[in-house]
Amino acid sequence: MTTTVIKGGRLLDQTGEREGDVVVDDATGTIIEIGSDLHADRVIDASGCVTTPGFVDLHVHMRQPGNEAAETILTASRAAARGGFTAVVAMPNTTPCMDDPAVIRQVLTFAEEALCEVKPSAAISLGRNGTQLAPMGELAELGVRMFTDDGTGVQDDLFMRRALEYAGSLSSDDGVPIVLSQHCEVAALSLGGVMHEGEWSSRLGLGGQPAEAEELMVMRDIALSRLTGVRVHFQHLSTARSVEMVRSAKAAGLAVTAEATPHHFSLTDACCADYDSNFKVHPPLRTGADVAAIKDGLRDGTIDAIATDHAPHTPDSKERSFDDAPPGMLGLETALAIALDELDLPLEALLPMLCWQPAAIAGLADRHGLPIEVGNRANLAVIDLAQRWTVSGADMASKARNTPFEGRELTGRVRHTIYNGEVVVEHGEVTR
Amino acid sequence: MRHLLSIDHLDADDLTDLLDLADHFARVLERDVPKVPALRGKTVVLAFFEDSTRTRTSFDLAARRLSADVVNFSVSQSSLTKGESLRDTVETISAMGVDAIVVRHRSSGVPSQISRWTNAAVINAGDGWHQHPTQALLDAYTIRQRLGSLEGKRIALCGDINHSRVARSNAHAFSALGAEVVLVGPQTMLPASLVGWPVTVSHSLDDVIGELDVAYLLRIQNERINDALFPTVREYRRLFGLTSERAAHLKPDALIMHPGPMNRGVEIDPDVADDPRAVVLDQVSAGIPIRMAVLFSTIGPGQFEGEDS
Repeated sequence: MTTTVIKGGRLLDQTGEREGDVVVDDATGTIIEIGSDLHADRVIDASGCVTTPGFVDLHVHMRQPGNEAAETILTASRAAARGGFTAVVAMPNTTPCMDDPAVIRQVLTFAEEALCEVKPSAAISLGRNGTQLAPMGELAELGVRMFTDDGTGVQDDLFMRRALEYAGSLSSDDGVPIVLSQHCEVAALSLGGVMHEGEWSSRLGLGGQPAEAEELMVMRDIALSRLTGVRVHFQHLSTARSVEMVRSAKAAGLAVTAEATPHHFSLTDACCADYDSNFKVHPPLRTGADVAAIKDGLRDGTIDAIATDHAPHTPDSKERSFDDAPPGMLGLETALAIALDELDLPLEALLPMLCWQPAAIAGLADRHGLPIEVGNRANLAVIDLAQRWTVSGADMASKARNTPFEGRELTGRVRHTIYNGEVVVEHGEVTR
Repeated sequence: MRHLLSIDHLDADDLTDLLDLADHFARVLERDVPKVPALRGKTVVLAFFEDSTRTRTSFDLAARRLSADVVNFSVSQSSLTKGESLRDTVETISAMGVDAIVVRHRSSGVPSQISRWTNAAVINAGDGWHQHPTQALLDAYTIRQRLGSLEGKRIALCGDINHSRVARSNAHAFSALGAEVVLVGPQTMLPASLVGWPVTVSHSLDDVIGELDVAYLLRIQNERINDALFPTVREYRRLFGLTSERAAHLKPDALIMHPGPMNRGVEIDPDVADDPRAVVLDQVSAGIPIRMAVLFSTIGPGQFEGEDS
């Protein structure tokens, strides 16, 4: 047993802000003491910093099994830890697909060495093919609480209805409801589209995905949530009308939640002007008006969570033509600083979207996003709000380098991360 | 000029300089020995990731008329796997010590990407739906030769604008040189947005035909029927083809242009293709001096030597 005291900083969570040292214990993984002038086996310096609950990311591509050249569960967890995340939901579009208990068991085994909690999601349909249900009941028995065909949306209306009805009738042993999480994209409308359809795609001669390709599915799934009474979580909202539809659905009392990514509230389709495939992502970077609407949605609570859609790719796969390069960008190590930089919100207003709201959606609320109190699990981020730094793909803990923020100067960085009472990031670097 | 990636990077003066230089090379081509030593010792690689016998042959001849060494680096569609790193390919070519890479690729933006990975000059010979700058230059050259100038001329680009690199290049080049450009076609063939395009739009060729100085017809691809861009070849010809009846409404001194290869009987009637106002072969001929001018301007003596990319 090793105890660690986080010394000299302020504490910030849903109960407010206060001074205090925090002692954590890696044997029980809990917070064992809070007070002033506390001592422990080791000390980590939090002077000038704010200690918050660790963050929860609802949307991470860890690439294992199948594409370990781009990322592994271990390397993605290092990136997560450096970003202040103590839990991530792993997306199921691996090879083989996470649609079978054996694959989930394998992922959970890999996750044992991770520097954060890895909560597997699973596919809604076998092989994410949209035609046959994955064995959701068996998968739920292994702890899966989120199902998604992320990378594609469920195209067939009736199949989505059945998936909702079936998922809604499953019971979980911890009482956490099952949620279907949708990548909203009507494939027929987005076919051939490699960026947002509009001024820039027209000028660049690149195939476009109209905003309506996303919006039609958001509209349909709101209707199906109403029809079935089952929860739907909307992944990576990217358009102004998507945000508005979710706002209306919530006002009508429907059980919908939504996430937005840092890149969708900070970058626009104009970033594609030089055909740099690091800006290729699905859903695509949209217009300035969409960016503004997503920020509004985050500020007014329409969007519940900031999720990164961390999507590592090897350098060579991104060094193809814009058409052929795979979509996706890194996000875990830049999320907090981009949110601080772009949203004009104080840290306490970001914490619900980074901590307890995503924890609740993922079914992790018993151990992540909890107030900093004795007895609670010690999943914490220690943040230096004043630290200036420059984004560099080469410096990242992630195996991949495909950040869209290369060279950007940011303020605010995670200094230490504590996961289950263990210091996994100290002074900005992973400890293992 | 470091590279030629897009016509958008050139203003009216740049374009005029290139056309004037092409005039000079056109006179060279009239000599008994149509060849100058301007690029002796220089190496030009023709990197065609998409087949194009016409454009490749034109660049090949242009480079040889300037005494450059020419190497073909053709990547046939069969061996071009989607998994190939473009950067690896380009660095392989660059490592052989070449001065210019002439690039044709089915994907928009590839010449721009390549220019970031090589010290050689990159010349865009057509990328996806994006740009075909030497086509725009040779078209502008042909119009200037026939009509004296593009200033105030009314030019229709008719056909599948959205999927046409020729349209994207020519709209800008013609407009920069003073012409009024009108895009003609059904909405299915127009780009989603025309913000920043120096053009007007008409959905009816009949509405504009009488006032045109140039009717520029784009090649129609039959497979676009499957994308629901138009119903049938017969209907396309009826609404947007330059039929003999429509050609009768063209001004007597108007030009009929086409980038080739023509679908006779679809976008252009067979007898219209042979109309004295049709300058399709002049366009092809203009390709040689234009590409000589582009090669000379990028890797000729005194052009950006020693400059880092």
